[in-house]
Amino acid sequence: MQQNTLPQKLWMSATGLFLCVFLVIHLLGNLQLLLPAADAKEQFNWYSRLLSGNIIIKVIAWVLYCSIIGHAVYALLLTLQSRRANGTRYVYDKRGASSKWYSRNMGLLGTIILIFLVIHFKDFWYRYKFTDLPLDARGQPDLYTVVVFAFAQWWYVLLYVVCMFAMGFHLLHGFFSAARTLGLYHPKFTRWVKVSGWLYTVVITGGFIIIPIYVYFTNS
Amino acid sequence: MDAKIPAGPLAEKWASYKAHAKLVNPANRKKMDIIVVGTGLAGASCAASLAEMGYQVKSFCFQDTPRRAHSVAAQGGVNACKNYRNDGDSIYRMFYDTIKGGDFRAREANVYRLAECSQQLIDQAVAQGVPFAREYGGYLNNRSFGGVQVSRTFYARGQTGQQLLLGAYQALMRQEAAGKVQLFTRHEMLDLVLIDGKAKGIITRDLQTGAIERHGAHVVVLATGGYGKMYYLSTLAMGCNASAIWRAHKKGACMASPSWVQFHPTSLPQSGEHQSKLTLMSESLRNDGRIWVPAKQADERAPNDIPEAERDYYLERRYPSFGNLAPRDIASRAAKERIDAGFGAGVMKNAVYLDFSKAISEQGQNKIAEKYGNLFTMYQRITGINAYRQPMLISPSAHFSMGGLWVDYELMTTIPGLFALGEANFADHGANRLGANSLLQASVDGYFIAPYTIPNYLAGELQGGKTDTDHPAFEAAEKAVRQQLQQFLQSKGQLPADHFHKTLGKILYDYCGLSRNRAGLEKAIREIKALKEQFYHELCITGNERINTELEKAGRVADYFEMGELLCHDALTREESCGAHFREEHQTPEGEALRDDENFCFVSVWEWNKGEPVLHKEELVFENVKLSVRSYK
Amino acid sequence: MKLTLHIWRQEQGASTGAMHTYALTDIPEDMSFLEMLDLLNEQLMKQGERVIEFDSDCREGICGQCGMMINGRAHGPLKHTTTCQLYMRSFKDGDTIYAEPFRAAAFPVVCDLKIDRSAFDRIIGAGGYVSVSTGQAPEANSIPYAHETAEAAFDAAACIGCGACVATCKNSSAALFTGAKITHMALLPQGQTETAARTQKMVAQMHKEHFGHCTNTEACEVECPQQISVLHIARMNYEYNKASLLHK
Repeated sequence: MQQNTLPQKLWMSATGLFLCVFLVIHLLGNLQLLLPAADAKEQFNWYSRLLSGNIIIKVIAWVLYCSIIGHAVYALLLTLQSRRANGTRYVYDKRGASSKWYSRNMGLLGTIILIFLVIHFKDFWYRYKFTDLPLDARGQPDLYTVVVFAFAQWWYVLLYVVCMFAMGFHLLHGFFSAARTLGLYHPKFTRWVKVSGWLYTVVITGGFIIIPIYVYFTNS
Repeated sequence: MDAKIPAGPLAEKWASYKAHAKLVNPANRKKMDIIVVGTGLAGASCAASLAEMGYQVKSFCFQDTPRRAHSVAAQGGVNACKNYRNDGDSIYRMFYDTIKGGDFRAREANVYRLAECSQQLIDQAVAQGVPFAREYGGYLNNRSFGGVQVSRTFYARGQTGQQLLLGAYQALMRQEAAGKVQLFTRHEMLDLVLIDGKAKGIITRDLQTGAIERHGAHVVVLATGGYGKMYYLSTLAMGCNASAIWRAHKKGACMASPSWVQFHPTSLPQSGEHQSKLTLMSESLRNDGRIWVPAKQADERAPNDIPEAERDYYLERRYPSFGNLAPRDIASRAAKERIDAGFGAGVMKNAVYLDFSKAISEQGQNKIAEKYGNLFTMYQRITGINAYRQPMLISPSAHFSMGGLWVDYELMTTIPGLFALGEANFADHGANRLGANSLLQASVDGYFIAPYTIPNYLAGELQGGKTDTDHPAFEAAEKAVRQQLQQFLQSKGQLPADHFHKTLGKILYDYCGLSRNRAGLEKAIREIKALKEQFYHELCITGNERINTELEKAGRVADYFEMGELLCHDALTREESCGAHFREEHQTPEGEALRDDENFCFVSVWEWNKGEPVLHKEELVFENVKLSVRSYK
Repeated sequence: MKLTLHIWRQEQGASTGAMHTYALTDIPEDMSFLEMLDLLNEQLMKQGERVIEFDSDCREGICGQCGMMINGRAHGPLKHTTTCQLYMRSFKDGDTIYAEPFRAAAFPVVCDLKIDRSAFDRIIGAGGYVSVSTGQAPEANSIPYAHETAEAAFDAAACIGCGACVATCKNSSAALFTGAKITHMALLPQGQTETAARTQKMVAQMHKEHFGHCTNTEACEVECPQQISVLHIARMNYEYNKASLLHK
């Protein structure tokens, strides 16, 4: 059954933009990993515990889980609908020449990000929440050591970097596409959003790429 | 011929008609069926307006959607005597310009009504959302167009026809969605059905399934456009055809002055055997371009290698006061004269130069690009030539048909209940149409005239009830249509319909084109007869009776033969030169047209008589203007 | 030039189609692409074969009737060009050319390269008009609006309804077509009164016709013969969101 896709698109953009905001907070927190080792350990573990205990943070966390799931589910529904809308496939298809590759492959990029999230959640979130981590000098669960241990492996760092690139391209298209869906049509503001989207993407992606590489080189 | 022109002073005729026209009670309107064939400006506006009034309308077009009708291609603009420029424009002045532009061969009352309704049309189009050009203060802008001294042309960039048509199309789709209009796209009308001498329906072919259908109504409106495509190479669309009006003609609707066909001076020349159409370049180019040919015959040099002294700016030479802006018929004829005399340019020596070098050196390339950039791009796309560096090649091509089905003041043909609107009727342009008057006439016919005159006719038809499509007349018409299609399909020749169409086009260009003479026209008639004979023996059609472009073409070409003959016959019997009709026997010593008001101040109205046309005359009476010689020297 | 052509042949909507191969020689470069097909059809007729059905009418790029996928691109390799305005000088001797109909569930194939685009008409019928009947119009200059507004409205109104935007879209979305009409009407004072209802009705019809959603790849703007801007899609979204929030 064909549904009006515009409300679904609105949910896509709303959840997407929320995730964008989350990424900023997440990156700011993670930047603590770039401090000198001793400070970093203390700060990062304190920050991790702060996040796990706060009720407001808990609510936001649930919104976050819902956003991730909602974003993925709506994406899947919309993709299925566009499959139906396409009808017969082209025998010879060079339509790619008229648009950017990443704008056409948001689903693929999104899937890579989803796989990454599974690994990411399993290695850090799950271990922090559901296993007993050793405690640091101040009695806080020592997530820092877990992180440093993980990023000491070159293949793990490489995996991260590749996935961050996928996320980067996803953000690059997603950020301005969301603005479009919300109805930003004025040419001047559209230009601003394009520029902001680029800046945002470079900062976020760059930040998340630097951290594992820095940790890898400072701890090996 | 009685045109049923209302009595009274010219300026009050239309008001008086409207005041006395019969009306149909709103409750009765939904019982009345109206067929409108064609969805161009005239057809769509008429169908929408009648549906808004409450009638049941069936609308037909051969294209895949009503929005494609060829009104879409009109570029320049639409005239209206709003006098927004305070430059002395008025209904009378517009009426006079149109009458004079038509070389005094149009009906006074019709032309006056056209000018009168032009004001309302702009209001209507603006209300529909047509984005006409605006001045910075927010009020409507105008430009001036060939042949007049005031600024009365409203425009939407170079796509005025498209925007006006979209307005009418949207109005039509609004009624379709409301269930008042039934739309039949990819349908072609193949015959008109008469019951007791009145138009009561049509036979159509569904071009998608091949189904032959009967449609009955109380009134049939033909708004099927012009027949210029008969010349094969023309500015018209591939599907434009004369079949609807021709088949109506064969059922008894008289045809008026069919030989009055306008040739547009600035279209692209033919470049090869396989060319299918001649693209129109906006006439506005003549505002800055200078037209010339080499002064030496068969000059093989590239245009830029020909020095100034060896160029013949023939329009500036012959018509010093109007120069490159001489009216269409004059500019086209002058080009043909030079080409025929052996001074033509281009590979096929069939064109003249339109040169922008002077304008570019005076105004700069940027200014020219700003004005005509899109046209230069289009020119380069088609020809591969950069017109900023080299002059364009242009030539005249068949464009607009002033002639068409004869209609009276009510736009009704000689068949009661059959109306003809827009370019399909002979209407208001006389022997030559002024630029930006065709969109106007089509719209005015559909929006403002037919909605009064059709009810006036319908008021007398209330007793009859629904039209019965099982009537023997429908049966006979359907049978004839099926027979013709079968005949085509069984044809076992080797030549495609296009071959015959092209050959016919060439005959018409040569002998019944920009200039005509007795010997040529007689020869053309003989050649067309022979070609028609060959057509029925050597036509090749593949495929079946379902979707089949070739079958569509065959029917149209078959009609063109008969109509082409009538064109030549009409031109032959009009022993004068007027407007677009130029008989070489009738010219001044300087080669200008010589009109004969003494003997030919009438419209030739032809009745079908199995290929032996019978002439009736509608004498033109001029009570409000003095007949004068058109001079653009 | 010499060409090898692979052209989609399909007897009618219900039947299955396939690519057929044809060869042509001596094609001059100043021939248009459609004239090249005319020539091929002439050859097919000589061999007693059914001609290739394709749509075209004005052949000067304004009616919107022509349109097919040429070498995998809507209206062929050039940007902002209709099929009829594509000339053979865009190809070279020995080229292989693929021609297929525009494809989308909302554009069923009628025969060979002909498709049914009546879904566009129904979107317009759903609300793409100003509700003014003949005779109701006020004096034209009584509704002044800025020169820039008129130009912007024209930019949106210039759509020729060819369907290339849908054909080139990976989601077969009609957002550009619908958005352009909504913007055209929303910009003008005479169209504004109905904007909310119009937007909702047209968007609903667009989905009812089984067009896909828009993912802002902007391919449509590139292939659009009239260079209709993708910002009209954003305008449609804006009007839709506003209507959803504020309209009853």
